[in-house]
Amino acid sequence: MLSIETFVIVSVIKIVIALFVLLTAVAYTVWLERKVVGHIQNRWGPTRVGPFGLLQPLADGIKFLFKEDLTPPHVYKPLYIAAPMIALVCALTSISVIPVGNWVTVAGVHTPLQITDLNIGLLLILGITSMGVYGVALAGWSSNNKYSLLGGLRASAQMVSYEVSLGLSLVGVLIVAGSFSLRDIVEAQGGHFWGFIPKWNIFYGGQIVAFFIYLISAYAETNRVPFDLPEAESELVAGYHTEYSAMKFAMFFMAEYANMITVACVASLLFLGGWHGPVFGPPILQALLPIFWFVLRVFAFLFIYIWVRGTLPRFRYDQLMAFGWKVLLPLAIANLVITALVVTLRS
Amino acid sequence: MIHLILFLIFGAICVAGAVNLLAQRHPINSALSLVVVMGSLAGEYLLLGAEFVAAIQVIIYAGAIMVLFVFVIMLLNAGAEEDTGGSRVALLFGVPGMLIGTVLMAWVLLERSGTQAVSMGALPGPPKTIGWLLFHDFLLPFEVTSVLVLIAIMGAVVLASHPESVQQRNKES
Repeated sequence: MLSIETFVIVSVIKIVIALFVLLTAVAYTVWLERKVVGHIQNRWGPTRVGPFGLLQPLADGIKFLFKEDLTPPHVYKPLYIAAPMIALVCALTSISVIPVGNWVTVAGVHTPLQITDLNIGLLLILGITSMGVYGVALAGWSSNNKYSLLGGLRASAQMVSYEVSLGLSLVGVLIVAGSFSLRDIVEAQGGHFWGFIPKWNIFYGGQIVAFFIYLISAYAETNRVPFDLPEAESELVAGYHTEYSAMKFAMFFMAEYANMITVACVASLLFLGGWHGPVFGPPILQALLPIFWFVLRVFAFLFIYIWVRGTLPRFRYDQLMAFGWKVLLPLAIANLVITALVVTLRS
Repeated sequence: MIHLILFLIFGAICVAGAVNLLAQRHPINSALSLVVVMGSLAGEYLLLGAEFVAAIQVIIYAGAIMVLFVFVIMLLNAGAEEDTGGSRVALLFGVPGMLIGTVLMAWVLLERSGTQAVSMGALPGPPKTIGWLLFHDFLLPFEVTSVLVLIAIMGAVVLASHPESVQQRNKES
């Protein structure tokens, strides 16, 4: 057990590092997206600022900070200002329960590579993401603009609908693992079966259907292509953030990418075995390799996100709702029932 | 000690949110005050060691039901309410009734349970316990509730469907 002072110091250090890494990752996910989508469309993407355009996020950040922050006269001010804050705070908070690796001992302090390990970790993430809807919905309403309002309405309807299948697809994993703690869920996936296949939930737990349901619902939850109707440019200008400029717009932008990263982290932890992978070499390498395997999985997810954006067209709104309620939800329920039956019969 | 302080803070936020809910004129502000009430209630549950109930409180009430409230308010574009000056009946019977209710409740609580604070983990909170209670001890009430919800859903479907189109379909078949 740590003393209370050490605990506070260690926690603050971990929070600062986690936020720094997350915000840097957000900035470079934007860079990666522009670069990859550029190459998909036979363009170069950013090339001017730094080698391979690597300093582009920095330049963008400075631009956002120094642009004039316009507040249109017709908005409902308290909520107009609060909405981007709600969106960003909810997006950044969910990183607090995500474990990135095993326990480590640094300067005599034995601590997990995670801000805090809760026994309701997964529920906390679901709760915070469900609160994130308010940011988008209130932004749309408080802007007092028909395009914003329609964007906000679409976003809240879509997020509430797909959250149901998203939650149900995770219940299968919870039944297999028997815990809400993300660390326990990952640790249950260690080792191999039949000699070589890793015991990830997607293989061993038989959650491959749940994995794809999660993947699709997660795209809808984060308002990404092909479910980006809340900000469909051809119909709604920019949807819920039409009236936002400068740093307030940047906050929505950062929230979207932070949500993408969280979703990718949760997918890697729940379905793909988290940080498990071959570990070898000297102690320092043994401590760093799990983190590397975890980051590799998250990176793969983000790449697929961007790949999908460069490939698929947008859904029509009635198709989106019909797909969510008539296809994904029954599939998720069937997966849940079958998983429960198998687990009961196996034990 | 720190638990008690946090409990009181969350309680104060909860009461303030409830009062604000009544005081606000615009429906969306009232709905958001209700979200605050739900959130601080979740904090109270967490401090009592019922972490599962706390999480469900946030996910279901604050994250789903209240989002639908806000959604409907946005969709109908409801404006600020008019001040009708309040009714005399509410003033004559409502306020004394509420006071009597509060005093009665406080008295019963103090008589029955003593004044000690509930310690962390004294109430059934972990998901496993709740699952056991729901699917063993309270299986029948739980299932009956689900039938009740089903009836409510069917009622909503009937109310929302267009009777003309149903008649049209019946005539065709």
